[in-house]
Amino acid sequence: MNIMRELYTQVIMDHYQRPRNRGELENARLEAHLLNPLCGDEITVYAIFNDDRVADVKFSGQGCSISQASASMMTERLVGKSREAAKAEIAHFKSMMVGDRAFPEQDDLAALKGVIQYPSRIKCATLAWTAFQHGLEEVDKGDGS
Amino acid sequence: MYDIEKVRRDFPILEREVNGRPLVYLDNAATSQKPRQVVETLTNYYERHNANIHRGSHRLADEATAAYEEAREKVARFFVAPDTIGLIFTRGTTESINLVAHAWGRKNLREGDEIVLTEAEHHSNLVPWQLAAQATGATLRFVPIREDGSLDMQEAERLIGPRTKLVGCIHASNVLATINPVRELAGLAHANGALMLVDGAQSAPHLPVDVRELDCDFFACSGHKMLGPTGVGVLWGKPDILDEMDPFLGGGEMIREVHLDHSTWNDLPYKYEAGTMNIAQAIGLGSAVDYLNNLGMDEVREHEKHLGEYAYQRLSGVEDLTLYGPEKDRTGIVSFSLPDVHPHDLAQLLDEEGIAIRSGHHCTQPLMRRLGTVATSRASFYLYNTEKEVDTLVGAIVRAREFFGAFAR
Repeated sequence: MNIMRELYTQVIMDHYQRPRNRGELENARLEAHLLNPLCGDEITVYAIFNDDRVADVKFSGQGCSISQASASMMTERLVGKSREAAKAEIAHFKSMMVGDRAFPEQDDLAALKGVIQYPSRIKCATLAWTAFQHGLEEVDKGDGS
Repeated sequence: MYDIEKVRRDFPILEREVNGRPLVYLDNAATSQKPRQVVETLTNYYERHNANIHRGSHRLADEATAAYEEAREKVARFFVAPDTIGLIFTRGTTESINLVAHAWGRKNLREGDEIVLTEAEHHSNLVPWQLAAQATGATLRFVPIREDGSLDMQEAERLIGPRTKLVGCIHASNVLATINPVRELAGLAHANGALMLVDGAQSAPHLPVDVRELDCDFFACSGHKMLGPTGVGVLWGKPDILDEMDPFLGGGEMIREVHLDHSTWNDLPYKYEAGTMNIAQAIGLGSAVDYLNNLGMDEVREHEKHLGEYAYQRLSGVEDLTLYGPEKDRTGIVSFSLPDVHPHDLAQLLDEEGIAIRSGHHCTQPLMRRLGTVATSRASFYLYNTEKEVDTLVGAIVRAREFFGAFAR
């Protein structure tokens, strides 16, 4: 396998070097921090909601190309989704990353397919998504639901 | 100097390929490879002598016991320990330090007492003391490091005082490649009535170690980093101190007499070897020590010092690359970072070329914070690595930098 072609694809490198929605959100209803104990990488995700829908998502922190690119892609996927739809989206993504579901053909996310073949990097790809999942759980708790 | 090509032939794993390239194994600070001689010792033990030690009255038990105790003697001699009763086999450095933190710490530490460590400790010589401090009310103090990675000994003199009960220090840093002045620290500790513990995980495999010369009270190290199998390590302690301490683990072999409501303890070193030990692994460590003695630890040190300095010098030529630790008198470790390439990505790109290095915090999160980073890349050499492998490493790093740089433009 050619790592340059399979893992470090153009799409991943583009999201890594020019991340979408990088930054912080003040007074965000959702704010969740997660550390990858393997490498010390850390991420914080933020979201504000319009009623039940995710109105804006941002992320901050530092990490490798895979974790940063995946976080960037996640922010694009989740804006506009209801909380339940966001949870489903995260569950779907995580099942793709363990090989239980196929990757979409026509989507930036397809670029992460190569990561599956590097078991030590799967956690990098799921870091932001897991942080967001934890954040949604906290938001739910705050609602008493 | 030993014949490096001959030495490499003793390590069958060095013949393998990774991603179609010859393996360049530069993660020796994590664990070393094992020579044929050590693997054969393990096989021979299991095929010819396997039995439980110290308690059987049959031929195999006698042979296994003799081999185990012979390994203890070899390892004690390797560290120039004045006796074998202070040489305790453990699971590794982590267990050795936990043993001291429990068996000595819980008994002797009180509120107001201080344990002095350094900013550059591996988690294994930090977390056990945090637990001991929580349990006893003692306080931890830390000797800072200077810009070049060396310990601030003026601060050490100020910090080590009448409240100090123990000073603990990593002998050779697993990140900075420094060799710390543990003998001087032991002098400061003893002048204040405190004990000295040396974490030798990164020194025992690479430098001649003489526990008398270091003047320490405890010395801890791991077998698997010095050509031995995993699952065996060493705690050497001064027998009079070990005698005074409480046991660490209770169970078989560590007892003399057991009643339903109380027990008395076995003699040293058995008092600290509860249950069935990692017998084959201890014997394997004895064989590893034979191998190291054959080469000579002075020669091993000379070889690695050269490789460490050569790597430092070659890597200084890579644009934008930051190197950590001193330029000279380093061990065979180089830690570095590149602004555009995350350590995790660099390790992955090097793996593609068959090169194994480590990326991450190296179990030294406080030190990473002190260095202002969360992770570094680390290449660590051992007695079988070559200058040519350093060149391969440097070439691959330059290519990785160019690859990532191309996307940035």
